Amino acid sequence: MNSVRKRDLTMLIFGLVVYAAIQGMISGGVIGSFWQLNIILICVNVIMSVSLNLINGYTGQFSLGHAGFMAVGAYVGVVATVNFHLPLIVALLLGALCAGTLGFLIGLPTLRLRGDYLAIATLGLGEIIRIVIMNIEYVGGAAGFKGIPHLTNFTWVFFVMLFTLFFVKNFVNSSHGRACISIRENEIAAEAMGVNTTKYKVMAFTIGAAFAGIAGGLFAHQFYLISPNSFTFLSSFNYLIMVVLGGMGSITGSIAGAFVVTFISAALASFPEARMIIYALALILLMFYRPQGLFGYMEVTNFAPIKKVLDKISGTKEN
Amino acid sequence: MDFFHQLIQQLINGVSLGSIYALIALGYTMIYGIIKLINFAHGDIYMVGAYLGFFCVTYLYMPIVPALLISMAITGCLGMVVEKLAYKPLRHAPRISILITAIGVSFFLEYTGMYFVTPTPRTFPDVIGNVSYNVAGFIINGQQVLIFAITIVLMALLTYIVQKTKLGKAMRAASFDTETAQLMGIDSDRVISMTFFIGSSLAAAAGVLVGVYYNTIDPLMGIMPGLKAFVAAVLGGIGILPGAVVGGIILGVIEALVAGFLSSTFRDAAAFAILILVLLVKPSGLFGKNTNEKV
Repeated sequence: MNSVRKRDLTMLIFGLVVYAAIQGMISGGVIGSFWQLNIILICVNVIMSVSLNLINGYTGQFSLGHAGFMAVGAYVGVVATVNFHLPLIVALLLGALCAGTLGFLIGLPTLRLRGDYLAIATLGLGEIIRIVIMNIEYVGGAAGFKGIPHLTNFTWVFFVMLFTLFFVKNFVNSSHGRACISIRENEIAAEAMGVNTTKYKVMAFTIGAAFAGIAGGLFAHQFYLISPNSFTFLSSFNYLIMVVLGGMGSITGSIAGAFVVTFISAALASFPEARMIIYALALILLMFYRPQGLFGYMEVTNFAPIKKVLDKISGTKEN
Repeated sequence: MDFFHQLIQQLINGVSLGSIYALIALGYTMIYGIIKLINFAHGDIYMVGAYLGFFCVTYLYMPIVPALLISMAITGCLGMVVEKLAYKPLRHAPRISILITAIGVSFFLEYTGMYFVTPTPRTFPDVIGNVSYNVAGFIINGQQVLIFAITIVLMALLTYIVQKTKLGKAMRAASFDTETAQLMGIDSDRVISMTFFIGSSLAAAAGVLVGVYYNTIDPLMGIMPGLKAFVAAVLGGIGILPGAVVGGIILGVIEALVAGFLSSTFRDAAAFAILILVLLVKPSGLFGKNTNEKV
């Protein structure tokens, strides 16, 4: 236990170093505003893909409606800051609460479905959320919500991302997380071993939805305007691509996936068709030659050389 | 009386829209029945069909029926090629892998299409003219008559193929139990290939008819109808052909009623709400039988 905590500490320090380096480059003017925006988007996408990975990768419940929860978090967040003048942190928490509650209410009945039925039902639910938002005049309807203060900055997204990563990592390594993984491996066997499958599926779904809500809040306060069209099922697919590319069941993979996909999107911003064709071919080829994704179930901390360094720093040996 | 009149008029619109959903849903349900795959690319195959019909009519000055047939034939072959290249290598892979591949194929068709034909919507030429019939005070326009006629002919043809021919028998056997069918000497790869051909050509017919009906086509037109046709297939009971037809028509009617009496923005929401209700109340669909999962 002690060594695990020390390793967490090492990772935290590593995170702080990365933060200091990037923040230093932003303050020093090395990173221009275009890449600054993309760094923030990468962090938001990491939160989205890690939370989706908890549902799709670790629990094996194929959800295609993640952008819907992001929309809930985004809209609740902007209403809180713009109409009620609440601070950003409260807005994020409210967004997470609402998205999580919605995830719970939606998850309870739909998670009875399996595989592709669940996929299409969650896709439908994501669309229903979007269409309902589109019809609420209070939040601007189809035209979108205008006049959002620019409250998100690199510090916010980075530390929220770090929190998400630690939360998901610890959840997955807890007994709850093990139960979720057992559902992914074989639901019937898990049930036979006494795992309350419904409870854990709904739990993973709710946590994933809540973090999507936080990501939505951060995303919304980056831009002056949000509209329901930012949260179509195509963006759900986008997060799915990140998760699948990185590896379903690997946090490192989700980070890598979010990084690669955001980077490609930014680099090919002026060729949207080419970008989508590359995604499409990447998805198909990935399924042919490496269906487990870049990292599979592996974490970067499991690779032997990195593990050695980490053990040395924490001054312990496994076993 | 006025309400009643409007109701009937919406029903007519709903049934014509529903026939189009039914044509797409037939392909979905046949493919799902035989390889248990939600073919996400099916809606995009329908888009390709619509564009082929558009090119035949606009640039080759063909009348609508030959254009429809050519589009169906080429799109059917495209469906077979997609199956050969993308799905066949994954026949024994986990279902999620095939599903993700299908999403990939769908993106590929959409955006390659967009690359070649540009994202601008095209205007489908007017092939029927401004004909409309007044039946007891209700207006049925020429496009709707064309949709009804072609749908009925295609469905009759499909019923004949599935029920009376050797290929149909093989298809039914393979969708009942692929492995046993194979043991009985049925070449299941060929049957799957043919299923993709038939399903895709039905989708192409639906695409051309939508072009005629709405006068406009664009490279992303297949996404929503594709998803809704899946809803229709689930509503009727996936894998069951009459179910897909009934499901499609019910869906079309409900959408027309929602659009006519509530608000057209809720149309898409209505379809998905139906899907979720069906999945929760009777996941096997209207015509399906309940089956228990065995370990």
